[in-house]
Amino acid sequence: MSPELAASTDDLAAQATSPESKAPNVVFDVRDLDVYYGEFRAVRNVNLEVHQHEITAFIGPSGCGKSTVLRCFDRMNDLIESARVDGKILYHGIDLYDPRIDPVEVRKRIGMVFQKPNPFPKSIYDNIAFGPRLAGTKGNLDDVVEHALRRAALWDEVKDRLKKSAMGLSGGQQQRLCIARAIAVEPEVILMDEPCSALDPIATARIEDLMQELKSDYTILIVTHNMQQAARVSDRTAFFTTEVNSESDTRTGVLVEFDSTDKIFSAPSDERTENYVTGRFG
Amino acid sequence: MADVMSPDVDRLLLDATTSRSRRIKNRLASIWMIGALVVAVVPLALVIGYVLFKGIGQLSLAWFTEDLPTITRKAGGGMGPAIVGTLLITLVAALMAIPLGILGAIYLHEYGGKGRTARLIRFMADVMTGVPSIVMGLFVYTVWTLTFGLNGFGGSLALGCLMLPIIIRTTEEMLRLVPDELRQASYALGNRKWRTIMTVVLPAAFGGITSGVMIAIARAAGETAPLVFTIGAARNLNLNIFDGPMTALSVQIFGNAQTPFEAAQARAWGAALTLVAIVFAMTILARVVSSRVARRHAA
Repeated sequence: MSPELAASTDDLAAQATSPESKAPNVVFDVRDLDVYYGEFRAVRNVNLEVHQHEITAFIGPSGCGKSTVLRCFDRMNDLIESARVDGKILYHGIDLYDPRIDPVEVRKRIGMVFQKPNPFPKSIYDNIAFGPRLAGTKGNLDDVVEHALRRAALWDEVKDRLKKSAMGLSGGQQQRLCIARAIAVEPEVILMDEPCSALDPIATARIEDLMQELKSDYTILIVTHNMQQAARVSDRTAFFTTEVNSESDTRTGVLVEFDSTDKIFSAPSDERTENYVTGRFG
Repeated sequence: MADVMSPDVDRLLLDATTSRSRRIKNRLASIWMIGALVVAVVPLALVIGYVLFKGIGQLSLAWFTEDLPTITRKAGGGMGPAIVGTLLITLVAALMAIPLGILGAIYLHEYGGKGRTARLIRFMADVMTGVPSIVMGLFVYTVWTLTFGLNGFGGSLALGCLMLPIIIRTTEEMLRLVPDELRQASYALGNRKWRTIMTVVLPAAFGGITSGVMIAIARAAGETAPLVFTIGAARNLNLNIFDGPMTALSVQIFGNAQTPFEAAQARAWGAALTLVAIVFAMTILARVVSSRVARRHAA
């Protein structure tokens, strides 16, 4: 990987090989993560591990903080002034919230796809080339663009109109364009925040197929409000729910259970998970 | 299907589409809106038409090239120094106000947000928009002209001060229209804030910013009051805006129209037509440029 995550990397590299780090296939190790918006604790006590070349799904009812947690992995919560994080997210053993870490370098390694497709009002080509151009890619940009579009299963649909505006694509195509745009930066991880919630069932199926293809090269985290989607695509599932704080009448998200997807959907160990996945609640 | 409808439903449907009072209201509203459009467009057409009619006779090669006549009551001479003066003074004012205004707006919207400094600057810009142009002229007169004498740059300063708040506020509005999703998309690709502004936000807002800048330039190019006591009244061509009096079209319109002489009044009409044409040409140019740029980014 090109430039290093932090300005001074020696200590961090030492940290990475310290006993704190786990098996090599663990990409993220989240420890006692709490997220605050100002004084308000939005999510508390999240502990989970994300494994390489797997799809990890976050499910749960609205307002349970699953998107908030997802946005901690590429430090997008930094953009919200009042947001604050306690605990650790170890990325290959390096704490992403170490003060020496540059969030911009984090985001180059950990890509993100948003709920609403958000292509730039530029040509399809310029959308894909955006990241590589920022990185100052010297090689043939055309090849990079073609590769990213092929990887996102969009090439055949747009190869004849690369110079046309990305805004003219359908919603599903726009979302695959956003995936291709993220891939073009060559991240290790792709975060997806309800990537199909604005799409019709056919476009959703295409994105789900795409995720299966991509997981051989990338590690994927997906937030979804659609339980069937989590059951279909993911290897591991984290179920979040909300707790009402009796004294302040606010709601805090908690991680109820994190396990293999099969286990979560067939034999959950927590009653709340069972109630949710069987449709009795939420 | 009609036969299964009860007569009541049938009548309701008919009433909705053919009701007399509804049709009358619809017609009245249409007439009212067309009337408003006519009231808005007719004065504009009359002004342009009348200026064209009265001023077109003045235009000739000499009009654009020759110096102003020494004796204004006689016909002859040209408007060259005033045309050059208007273009130069406005250009220099724009060169000062556009970068400053756009940078100010970027600070206000992208960095300052709701902070105290940003609120204060925004408030001052609003106050500045409301300052009468003659007051701006007096201000420049005291801080510049009294020290450095009458010259074109004083005029540029005054016009720049008038343009600045318009550019700041319109640009800020345009930046506000750029969806936050685009900024997020850019950050998520590992783009830094200043580069996000340069590569995503400004291109997306380019068309609107150009319109705001054009409004500011058009307003400044037609200003008379702030120029009267800052640039003086030259008869000859002066290309050095830092040295010696200059003149401008708006000043010539003002001066010539006041005189009782027919030749001078005709000259005022000619100057008015030239000024309208210049502003019109600049507006069209800006439209062409911004649509080109927009097409390069969006097409």
